[in-house]
Amino acid sequence: MLRRRVIPCLDVADGRVVKGTRFVDLVDEGDPPELAERYAREGADELVFLDITAAPERRGTLLDIVERTARRAFIPLTVGGGVRSVDEMRDVLRAGADKVSLNTAAVAEPGLVSACARRFGSQAVVVAIDALRDGAAWTVYVKGGREATSLDAVAWAERAVDLGAGELLVTSIDRDGTGLGFDTGLLRAITDRVSVPVIASGGAAGPDDFVAAVRDGGADAVLAASIFHRRIHSIASVKAAMAAAGLPVRATTGVAA
Amino acid sequence: MTPRIAVVDYGAGNLVSIEQGLTASSADVVIARDAGAFESADAVVVPGVGAAAPAMERLQTAGLVEPIVEWITADRPFLGVCLGLQLLFETSDEDGARTFGVLEGRTQRLDRAPTLPHIGWNQVERRRSHPLFDGIADGADFYFVHSYAGTPTTEDDDVVLAETEHGGRFVSAVARGNLLGVQFHPERSGDDGLRLLANFVALVRTAGRATADMAS
Repeated sequence: MLRRRVIPCLDVADGRVVKGTRFVDLVDEGDPPELAERYAREGADELVFLDITAAPERRGTLLDIVERTARRAFIPLTVGGGVRSVDEMRDVLRAGADKVSLNTAAVAEPGLVSACARRFGSQAVVVAIDALRDGAAWTVYVKGGREATSLDAVAWAERAVDLGAGELLVTSIDRDGTGLGFDTGLLRAITDRVSVPVIASGGAAGPDDFVAAVRDGGADAVLAASIFHRRIHSIASVKAAMAAAGLPVRATTGVAA
Repeated sequence: MTPRIAVVDYGAGNLVSIEQGLTASSADVVIARDAGAFESADAVVVPGVGAAAPAMERLQTAGLVEPIVEWITADRPFLGVCLGLQLLFETSDEDGARTFGVLEGRTQRLDRAPTLPHIGWNQVERRRSHPLFDGIADGADFYFVHSYAGTPTTEDDDVVLAETEHGGRFVSAVARGNLLGVQFHPERSGDDGLRLLANFVALVRTAGRATADMAS
């Protein structure tokens, strides 16, 4: 049976791991390849790097970090942030990433999702959706959560899958960095409408939140940053809670799952 | 002997991980963009993800299809990973591509899957024992990322080494002589994945010794 994945996310700016609250107030939290290796050892099922500087002149730094990580951590790596073309996606994959996540560029140019899926396969294309609750619905935001669009998050999720996205990374802007738990309503609204795996993001405080994202939100995978970087919770304790709730998880070293 | 392994590069995806995984297993890795790299190689690895037709086109353009098929037909050590396994069959339902055809059967969509693509860690259940899985528990988790899987014909069913369940059972590893293929990504499957790659390198070494013995 397919395991539910626990994915540490490393927000990378200028070659360092950072984390802010609601996409701002960044704090330095370490060296990406070093943290990546630690997480792989501790039982992370996958890793996500989000390059939140994403300035074109910094591409080289990101590619170097991706390659150093791929040589140290033998688990899958998704890289997002600033990829705007098929060629840029190719460079990131060749540096050692398995998947690329498209966000602002996918909204601006939906054809990019199809072009990348045709060239590299849907399984390599993740569409990241940053959503802010607006009454009973959710609005898609771009540019690191700073700019509203006219898109409804659920409708955009369905469209992204039609275009060729093989996975969706759904972040609740309301919850991100707040520790209030994942927005399971948002997750459920999307997982009810698409058949590709959905990664839940934004708001994790404790192991119970991971359980809720899967059980109530229907997520296939759950992503978090701060609680792992700051060692508030270990991947093992999160997985133990998921296993105790009857969710299938991959055993991590030194912990029964 | 340090075996030399040619990893075929046809312009799609991540080669760093498989190269690093094989190097960590004491193999000498050469990236093959044309058949010249096969001359000094002891084994060939075809990695890759994505669709069959564009992959076949790029392999064709690089003049690699015939050398690969000849390599496999001569029973020289070969490992296909993910798409590299699917290409061993005759055709792919994904886009109708004609593939290597060294195994009878075709690549089919995982139609009964609850989610597609099938992305994540899943159990690899062996049908029989094989040195490729030495030291790896039956049912160990490996990382998958695909929507299609190669399905052998009933006559060619004996090539099946392992299966995995995702809505229905599909073939997750094959072996016939020195021809090996895995649907999962050993280079992305942590310690068990590295062990599998090391087992492959050990098999390449054994095959090399057997050839040397025959020659002497």
